Amino acid sequence: MDKWPKSILIAVLLGCLIGSPFVFQINPYYYDILLGIGISIILAASLNLVNGYTGQFSLGHAGFMGIGAYASSWVTLSYGYCLGANTTSTTTVFLLALLGGGLMAGIAGLMVGVPSLRLKGDYLAIVTLAFNEIIKGVIQNAEPLGAQRGLGGMVQHTNFFWTFGFAALTVYVVVHLVNSTYGRGFLAVRDDEIAAEAMGINTTKYKVLAFVLGAFFAGIAGGLYAHFKQFIHPEGFNFLRSVDIVVMVILGGMGNTAGVCFAAVLLTILPEFLRSVSHYTWLPLWLQQIAENRMILYSLLLIVLMLTRPQGLFGGLGMPRRRKDVEK
Amino acid sequence: MLPSTFLKTSIALLAAGTLALAQDEIPVGEFASLTGGSASFGQSSHKGTALAIDEINAGGGVLGKKLKLIFEDDQSLAGQPATIVRKLISQDKVVAVLGEVASSKSLEAAPICQQNKVPMISPASTNPKVTEVGDYIFRVCFIDPFQGTVMSKFALSKGWKKVAILTDVKQDYSVGLAEFFVKHFNANGGQVVKEQKYSTGDKDFKAQLTSIKVTKPDAIFIPGYYAEVSLIARQAKLLGIKVPLLGGDGWVGDSLLKVAGTALDGSFFSCHFSADDKSPSTQGFVDKYKAKYGAVPDDMAALGYDSAMILAAAIKTAGTTEGDKLRVAIGATKAHKGITGTITLDEKRNAQKPAVILGIGNGAFQFVETVAP
Repeated sequence: MDKWPKSILIAVLLGCLIGSPFVFQINPYYYDILLGIGISIILAASLNLVNGYTGQFSLGHAGFMGIGAYASSWVTLSYGYCLGANTTSTTTVFLLALLGGGLMAGIAGLMVGVPSLRLKGDYLAIVTLAFNEIIKGVIQNAEPLGAQRGLGGMVQHTNFFWTFGFAALTVYVVVHLVNSTYGRGFLAVRDDEIAAEAMGINTTKYKVLAFVLGAFFAGIAGGLYAHFKQFIHPEGFNFLRSVDIVVMVILGGMGNTAGVCFAAVLLTILPEFLRSVSHYTWLPLWLQQIAENRMILYSLLLIVLMLTRPQGLFGGLGMPRRRKDVEK
Repeated sequence: MLPSTFLKTSIALLAAGTLALAQDEIPVGEFASLTGGSASFGQSSHKGTALAIDEINAGGGVLGKKLKLIFEDDQSLAGQPATIVRKLISQDKVVAVLGEVASSKSLEAAPICQQNKVPMISPASTNPKVTEVGDYIFRVCFIDPFQGTVMSKFALSKGWKKVAILTDVKQDYSVGLAEFFVKHFNANGGQVVKEQKYSTGDKDFKAQLTSIKVTKPDAIFIPGYYAEVSLIARQAKLLGIKVPLLGGDGWVGDSLLKVAGTALDGSFFSCHFSADDKSPSTQGFVDKYKAKYGAVPDDMAALGYDSAMILAAAIKTAGTTEGDKLRVAIGATKAHKGITGTITLDEKRNAQKPAVILGIGNGAFQFVETVAP
């Protein structure tokens, strides 16, 4: 069972490679949702490393995403590569921009991780939330980044291949890291920090590492988002966006990557699915009217799910490997 | 397992969504925020747009077909407009898109419309950048700089030769209005005696107001938003400043008069539309709107109405709904008699139209006059 993430990763990457020439033929609306799913998976899987595996409650993931989005857009915009040309050099610039965005977000993760290490639970949540607001505030006042007007003009370079390639990479890194001998430290920090420290685990290092890695992938997701929507606005990276990602992690089951990825898919599709239901004229009118209030329906579904499965959709089922560990 | 059944059903239903539209209808897309932070703007503009579409259809539609308004709510969330517009264009096959009020939402939707060659008409995004996205993007409202010029003309017509300015440096909108006010005012015999600044969120303006007071201006131009303007007005009254205050459409907000009380009496500001305008077309619109929604229409409702009417007129002139021809027809809109004035679209796809000046007296807005461009 050790190898399952690797085989899944290879399967997904192969799927992306085979699929990428065909996805251009599908309806752009579904394509939009599809890329949204990929970006959600990256965000949820990376936050799961911090919130789920390491047990640190971060509420500022959208802030890191925003840093990645703005940093990568700044790179591609200042490089000014030609419109639409899908050449090797533009791809290189795009990937460098994504990497730059990820690194900037990682540095920000370090900045928020180091000083807030003494804080736990609710207190850490408040600090990360404040950090999210600081990032938003800085962008809102940065004239070169468009300030309150937002930043546009990016070329759509995010495609199916890159989105799901990075999603697979994120899942692979997170799962493999946590399942490695080294990465067991994350779980130790989550389960009992004092005991972990007594066993000689450098809890500080693990917490910072979780923050930096989580932020790095959030930055990548931000870069993908910016080059997919082609317009970014500080309000798109606010507290509410962070909560969306936290909901994905909690709904999927904290510390269960498969569950979290499934929740990311579900929560991205659900609002759009309800949107289309409200337009189906062949449905009874009362059903259409219910679907029209889709955000209420969406929230109700979340409440029902949380009441029936408080441990998350996949929580408790666990990965086979973890259950075996418990049995031992 | 429940989730997988759900997924299968959802995929099946999504696929079924691509049902062909009836041939006797022209699909028109609209997006606005019915929920979230800017919901009050979105609800108004949507009501105005829907009223216009109903009226067009009651009058026989265009090209012998009825218009079908396909509406989506963007929940005031960044990231939604791009998805929605892609849906409207690819799934509903709309011939044009109407929306949005907030410039940041229009800026997100505009590149998608431009790339798909589907014309987009924004009812109320006043930021100049919106129509700069491309030649398929239009608007039926005036842009920020225009209001500065209008208020300058108004001040001069009142015989106020010495004006002080108080600008919100955090807002593009405010800086733009001030810049064009100064340009026009100084070139036409006026004198800007003092320029002071503040930032969004400030609560104390006494320092700026005191330094303005000593220059003894005839009026003070404050092109800010209602939250700060209401405080400025109160503090100006406390300091004994009795000259009228002037502003732009950023003043329109429920809390303006609630906070300012009577401190704003005798002040004037420019906006898009006044329900008090006695012209028959305005009154006709106000009556129809009241009958349908039971409320007095505001700026956004009137602009939403005009955006739909201009689109319908353009489809008629073009004789087709094909993107490129429709774009040319919308761009050629000349002297369209709208509720918010006579609208002509210029070569930059911005509306050239009069602004309405409202005065404040006894704690209420009063229609004063319209100022032509």
